[in-house]
Amino acid sequence: MSAKGGTAIRLVGCAKTFTNGTRALERTALELKGGEIIVFLGPSGCGKTTLLRVIAGLESPDPGGRIFFDDEDVTELPIERRNVGMVFQSYALFPNMNVEENIAYGLKVHGATPQHRAKRVEEMLQMMQIGELRLRRVTELSGGQRQRVALARAIAAQPRVLLLDEPLTALDALLRERLRIEIDVLLHSLGITAAYVTHDQGEAMAIGDRIAVINRGTIVQTGTPREIYYHPASSFVADFVGTMNRVNGTLRDGSLELPGGRIPWTQGGTGAVQALFRPNDARIVTEAEAQLRGVVEQQFFLGDRTRLHVSGIADGLVVVETSEHREFRVGQSVGLRIEPGALLNLRD
Amino acid sequence: MARTRYFYLQLAFTLLACLFLIVPVLMSVIAGLTVNFFQGVSSGLTLRWIGVVWDLYAETIFRSLYIAFAALSVTLLIGVPAAYVLAKRPGVVTRLIEEALVLPVAIPGLATALALILTYGGFRDFRTSWVFILVGHVLYTLPFMVRSVLAVLSSFNFRVLEESAASLGAGFWRRFFGIIVPNVRSGIVAGALTVVTLSIGEFNLTWMLHTPETMTLPVGLADSYASMRLEIGSAYTLVFFVMITPLLIALQRYGLQRVTTRGPA
Ligand SMILES: Nc1ncnc2c1ncn2[C@@H]1O[C@H](COP(=O)(O)OP(=O)(O)OP(=O)(O)O)[C@@H](O)[C@H]1O
Ligand SMILES: [Mg+2]
Repeated sequence: MSAKGGTAIRLVGCAKTFTNGTRALERTALELKGGEIIVFLGPSGCGKTTLLRVIAGLESPDPGGRIFFDDEDVTELPIERRNVGMVFQSYALFPNMNVEENIAYGLKVHGATPQHRAKRVEEMLQMMQIGELRLRRVTELSGGQRQRVALARAIAAQPRVLLLDEPLTALDALLRERLRIEIDVLLHSLGITAAYVTHDQGEAMAIGDRIAVINRGTIVQTGTPREIYYHPASSFVADFVGTMNRVNGTLRDGSLELPGGRIPWTQGGTGAVQALFRPNDARIVTEAEAQLRGVVEQQFFLGDRTRLHVSGIADGLVVVETSEHREFRVGQSVGLRIEPGALLNLRD
Repeated sequence: MARTRYFYLQLAFTLLACLFLIVPVLMSVIAGLTVNFFQGVSSGLTLRWIGVVWDLYAETIFRSLYIAFAALSVTLLIGVPAAYVLAKRPGVVTRLIEEALVLPVAIPGLATALALILTYGGFRDFRTSWVFILVGHVLYTLPFMVRSVLAVLSSFNFRVLEESAASLGAGFWRRFFGIIVPNVRSGIVAGALTVVTLSIGEFNLTWMLHTPETMTLPVGLADSYASMRLEIGSAYTLVFFVMITPLLIALQRYGLQRVTTRGPA
């Protein structure tokens, strides 16, 4: 039984070098509070899965690394004794068992009584809304149904920690969105400590209490989705999470001078500088209010907002997003305003 | 109507080919059931020859059966875990082992048998017991079991199944018998049918390895052909057919074509 509040996880100096010499994970320290949901976000091959597998006990860290669940050192414990729930991208349901038997497997292994097992399976079926599938063979389920069964199976035996490796990647966009919300609600209502791997930043933003952005085996930044989005610690993070404009300008008298005009600059310094800002931080304003002037080159209607590619502001195109309902014309000139606080100046 | 003529030609050819193969079988069956083959069926039908075969060779039939099932037990015991290990650790060494396993199939049975005799012939008790034949049969049939199971194992990602079972608390043996074995059942069944069929019919190796006390059915057949009336040899063949045909039919049904259809997602 996981206590309410969940198990805290602590990684100390955990690196992973595979036998073929691949250094998948650099020395990593990481702390998860009980009940916290962290998302490991990063490009393909950056070591997200490896980090998750080290926590799970499917890979052991290089000598010197230690893993703690609460105060217990679990480094030497094999996965079957760590009491973790895992959900895999490929679902990994047991084809020789039906839905019910899959869900009951962990309970059976842990020696639960048949009555307790039946009760728990029933709860899981209800919770995941798959009651009518209980006797189906798992090969006769849709992708979304399989993932529900996989989730139910992982949490049925009340693991201390839930680990999910790209659980939604194999599903189509609509289903992904729906299950993402369900998983979000589920994880928070269970109060279980969870680590969730994805390379999809939208998913990361929606699910994580905290996001750890990983690049080449290193956690390059951890923070809330908001922190990561608005205060990226490096240009890698800035580029990986959402769209980021980069403009080259000159600092003079407290202003950033760009080809399209000048904006106030409060971060000091002089000379050439590269500044970054998010598409939705550039507001479209009237001619009178404008700090920067440019010309619409392309517009993309995205439903809830419109994305414009604007030339003339900086050396390249600048991406601007607005939720205004009006339509723009290609060739139309627009005025922009960017608040000084929205401008980022990242060195690397 | 060129197409129809072509069709009938094909049909005729197929029927001819079947006849060519089936007639000798029928002849042999009839020979085993007629009172006197040289006088033809007109001499009358009888089960007498079958009775004679039973009196003379019942022992070879039982011996063949228990050698086959012993070979099956050993190949199950060795072959299934071996296939698992081979699938789990793909690499140069496992490739070599896999190839080495096939050697007894590629090398003429006589040569394998000779090698066995040269190596173990000195151990008299072993040499003269049916276990000696069993060793030969295991060498010969093991690759079929291993390959059959291996084919199923490589048709789905059994590693991730094992990992998820482990995450649910299952230790190695529980995973092996609860997850791996049930999911490669089709390969095991196909392998088992192959092993039993091959073992019951094996002549080459067995002929070299056997002693008068350890004659098997196919060796007995050769013996009867050489030294008995044609009718007795034929009746004996009939007994062999009766034993092997159900196995062949089962092999058709549960054999290798089923192996590939079980691809867990
Ligand atoms: N068993 C292994 N043996 C050797 N190298 C491995 C092994 N597993 C992973 N790697 C390597 O380690 C690095 C990190 O892999 P990992 O699977 O953790 O990446 P990932 O971030 O999960 O990528 P993806 O988003 O594509 O799943 C990669 O370069 C990968 O090739
Ligand atoms: Mg991965």
